[in-house]
Amino acid sequence: MKALMLILISLVTLSLYSREIINQEATKSVSEYDVRVVDFQQFQPLLLKGNDTIYVINFWATWCGPCIREVPYFEQLREEYVGKKLKILMVSLDMSEDLDSRVIQFMKKLDMQNEVILLDDPQSNLWIPLVDEKWTGAIPATLIYGNGFREFHAKEFTFSELEQIIEPLMSN
Amino acid sequence: MNRKVFILIVLTFITFTLSAQPISVGSQAPDFSLENIDGTIVSLSDYANEKGVIVIFSCNPCPYVQAYEDRMIALHNEFAPQGYPVVFINPNDDVQQPEDSMEKMRERASNSNYPFPYLKDREQVVYQAYGATRTPEVFILKNEQGDFTVAYTGTIDDNYKDASAVEEPYASNAVKALLAGNDPDPSATVAIGCGIKKKN
Repeated sequence: MKALMLILISLVTLSLYSREIINQEATKSVSEYDVRVVDFQQFQPLLLKGNDTIYVINFWATWCGPCIREVPYFEQLREEYVGKKLKILMVSLDMSEDLDSRVIQFMKKLDMQNEVILLDDPQSNLWIPLVDEKWTGAIPATLIYGNGFREFHAKEFTFSELEQIIEPLMSN
Repeated sequence: MNRKVFILIVLTFITFTLSAQPISVGSQAPDFSLENIDGTIVSLSDYANEKGVIVIFSCNPCPYVQAYEDRMIALHNEFAPQGYPVVFINPNDDVQQPEDSMEKMRERASNSNYPFPYLKDREQVVYQAYGATRTPEVFILKNEQGDFTVAYTGTIDDNYKDASAVEEPYASNAVKALLAGNDPDPSATVAIGCGIKKKN
């Protein structure tokens, strides 16, 4: 009888424990591709950070061919400056209903490590000029700022073009 | 330094620093003569008897075009009888984006029953003359005795996601203002859209 109890207890413990592990793994894989959905008001402070970090803010979407082409370059950029004061933020302009089916799928496929947020704010006529007054809303577009530097580019980058801008900023 | 190389560098620099902007409101509308999906040539001067034209740079695969397609057709249906017809111009390089070939444009126009011409800007001269950067992008032209001037540039309304939640139907308001003899206000708006695919 004692032996039976012992077996039962260990079985229950084991099953609880293994469920715990499964849960942990599930949470991990979800949070790994955690994408915050924000409106412009929530997003705007990220355009105005006043510390000694260089911010690279890329506006992209899974439906935008040139954007997808340059996504790996921003990943490469992060790898190159690991441990340096460089923060890359990928701002998806996909429709919010495509978050799971397209955005997260794409992030998984590319194993994207840069932080991604989804800017869901249809009032783009109001917020586009607040990002840059020359921006017409065409993507890809990239804002690079920090330490008194600020440049906005409405174009598709190659890796070397990106590096040419970032390298002098990081060696300061 | 080799002079040609120097000029090239300067030109590259200029291209990088000047971001394209739509032609400003009040300027003369650039003329165009482009092939329509039915093989005919459509020119701006063909609209000389209209009060104006709603030129929309558009394409096939862009989700914003798709989101706005019904509303763009509705613009034509409402305003063509009042002298402001819509004309679509597809500016994308179909080598980079095969979904924008003439054949695919024909399919799209037929599937969605476009009631207006769908022109192909094959040489990509027209969109550059207008300073268009994305699809969909609207240019409302006002006709004054055969001279077309730009009266409005920008987007269709303030909510691409939900037509029923629109508060500012910019393009429609602009045409209504023009029909009433006023200047559109606002006369320029911006919106997220698909960058125009330029030939390499």
